[in-house]
Amino acid sequence: MPLAYFDHNATTPLDERVVAAMLPYFREHYGNPSSRHEYGREARRAVDTAREQVAQAVGAHPSQVLFCSGGSEANNLAIKGGTAYLSPAQVVVSAIEHPCVAKPARELQERGWTCRTVAVSPHGEISTDDLKSALESPTGLVCAMLANNETGVVQDISGLSEIAQERGALLHTDAVQALGKIKIDFAALGVDSLSISAHKAYGPKGVGALVVGRRVDLKAQISGAGHEKGLRAGTENVPGIVGFGMACELAVRQLADYENRIGALRDEFERELSALGATIFGSSARRLANTSFFAFPRIEGETLVMALDNVGYAVASGAACSSGTASATLLAMGVDNQLGRGAVRVSLGRDTTGAQVGGLLRALQNEVARLRGLSAMKV
Amino acid sequence: MVKTPVYLDYSATTPVDPRVAEKMIPYLVEKFGNPASRSHPFGWAAEEAVEQAREQVAALVNADPKEIVWTSGATESNNLAIKGAAHFYSGKGKHLVTMLTEHKAVLDTMRHLESEGFEVTYLAPESNGLVNPETFKAALRPDTILASVMLVNNEIGVIQDIETLGDICRGKGVLFHVDAAQGTGKVAIDLRKLKVDLMSFSAHKTYGPKGIGALYVQRKPRVRLEAQMHGGGHERGMRSGTLATHQIVGMGEAFRIAREEMVTENARIRALRDRLYAGLSKIEEVHLNGDLESRVPHNLNMSFNFVEGESLIMAVRDLAVSSGSACTSASLEPSYVLRALGRSDELAHSSIRFTIGRFTTEDEVDFAIDLMTRNIGRLREMSPLWDMFKEGIDLSTVKWAAH
Repeated sequence: MPLAYFDHNATTPLDERVVAAMLPYFREHYGNPSSRHEYGREARRAVDTAREQVAQAVGAHPSQVLFCSGGSEANNLAIKGGTAYLSPAQVVVSAIEHPCVAKPARELQERGWTCRTVAVSPHGEISTDDLKSALESPTGLVCAMLANNETGVVQDISGLSEIAQERGALLHTDAVQALGKIKIDFAALGVDSLSISAHKAYGPKGVGALVVGRRVDLKAQISGAGHEKGLRAGTENVPGIVGFGMACELAVRQLADYENRIGALRDEFERELSALGATIFGSSARRLANTSFFAFPRIEGETLVMALDNVGYAVASGAACSSGTASATLLAMGVDNQLGRGAVRVSLGRDTTGAQVGGLLRALQNEVARLRGLSAMKV
Repeated sequence: MVKTPVYLDYSATTPVDPRVAEKMIPYLVEKFGNPASRSHPFGWAAEEAVEQAREQVAALVNADPKEIVWTSGATESNNLAIKGAAHFYSGKGKHLVTMLTEHKAVLDTMRHLESEGFEVTYLAPESNGLVNPETFKAALRPDTILASVMLVNNEIGVIQDIETLGDICRGKGVLFHVDAAQGTGKVAIDLRKLKVDLMSFSAHKTYGPKGIGALYVQRKPRVRLEAQMHGGGHERGMRSGTLATHQIVGMGEAFRIAREEMVTENARIRALRDRLYAGLSKIEEVHLNGDLESRVPHNLNMSFNFVEGESLIMAVRDLAVSSGSACTSASLEPSYVLRALGRSDELAHSSIRFTIGRFTTEDEVDFAIDLMTRNIGRLREMSPLWDMFKEGIDLSTVKWAAH
């Protein structure tokens, strides 16, 4: 069994309180929420409660929360569904979006839209100048993620939304990595839609939500028997939704502690990393407290990741979804391709201890030294 | 003694089998890795579990595991199959064929395609709920690209002759999609024999969890689809999105159990259903909806004449049953499936679907018979229409005065 899990941005274990909340809905309270009898009504109440919990966690109204099967679906729904009733125009995407935003945005080109990418600074922040210049063309939708899954860089979304609104464009933000790590306030962000996913916040895989504001005229992408006010058909994943609700409630409760405690651990970790000669990507931008994306010169990220796995540390080289390919985010930040290939992502979690971080540091030192063919450095 | 309400609504959803729940829990707790994480054992363990489940699903239907694509449920599978194929093959034609009695997940998807400029023919069934193969064949045109017919109807439980329909489609070069959500574990499905190109599966109708399903996409001859969800390229690009390991493990285990226990379970359930039918048939003026022979053993859908629909539903509160399909029971519209069979509005309104399942007992069936018998009697005593019927008045000759 591995010693320590440092890949929380890929997925998280379920909080035991989330598991406890979900279990009754598999075996005892198994009704279909659309059934009119008590089994169904009870399931419906559970979904309604969860909807309130999710809404509260992101500063939205329950009627704005649409449940679906995860972050990928929520992003697809926002982009394809949010533009379906608009005349084809331009869709603007930042250069660092997750593929489940970038690809649907590109797909809009099949419908006569043009797709324009907005650059980021070397620190990983979306360029407001480039955004303004992009918005000189009539734009229907802008996509800018709240927190990047690789670098952890957090964008000034409310600033970007002012710019988008001024030009009459909708703004969608992928907040999947932000839930449970920073405060999310749907109204304050000024966005038109926002996507979240349970399994990045100690909830179950297979469930997420799209939070939608008034200005969006959304067209359902999954048609059927009218669920979610006709916007997303399919029997509700009751246990998953219940788990998501509980995860959201817990996420909000621990936010302050998360930013302080985890941030301190991560910062200490990075001080040691820098002393070892690593480059840390996005370090001078505002970042999620748990994420450290770095590279050692002349050491392949994949190799270092495998080496760390061999000694019991689970980390990642870039996004889980695209393991094995070069990081588009780093290239967009102007990072040299050679250095970029060395990228390793370490993402701490709520249960990460100082001892585990210490162990990871020692392992890194040893593996880096070994890979460089040097004798092990004194710890 | 039975626990009320007695659950006789297995076609709406099923409890997760304890064996399924047991298999799922480790993947909710310790083995939580993202199956796409290639760099550590957390990810590898999850991926291995996903692939094992894929084999289990494929085994139930005699398909190649490579032909199974994970989705979030049968509704999504239906959308992916129909829209995905229609868009991919729209160069060959823009006509589709389906039945009036399909689930809304198919009908609404067809309507969506109509709004995009596709043309759809909706075929009516015979009064027993089955489509006439000659009628079906005649509906296929040179520009037809896809036909969709469900294996088992959710309301009346009738089983369509998918083998014959598949042969017809293959002969005419039309893709054949089958919504099998209500069929797994109830009817034998052999995709090496059936000429089916796309088939939708649901877990929660077969004692698996809600929120997970699959789509069979044939490889020989290969069927292409335009993906509906784009992103990280999961499922060979056909359906992006992090795979929910625990859900998939649950579906795999549910389908394994279905394969192993279907025959014995069906025999037991058929006996229970027939007992219920015999008991309810003792009531006067009851009608069975849908063919009795070509029907899954779990389903009994009956209309109770001269009883008002809403009061019937309220009277049988101690039974968890359904009048019309669960998904559309929020509206007071009579079941469109029963209307398609030719049932009058009144009979369609006063119908109840009883669906029996793995955990139904004989005591529960007897309880249902007793409750129905008493309540039908009571409601009819209060019904002026029943009085008139008993007096021999032909109600179709009555001129009703409007208020």
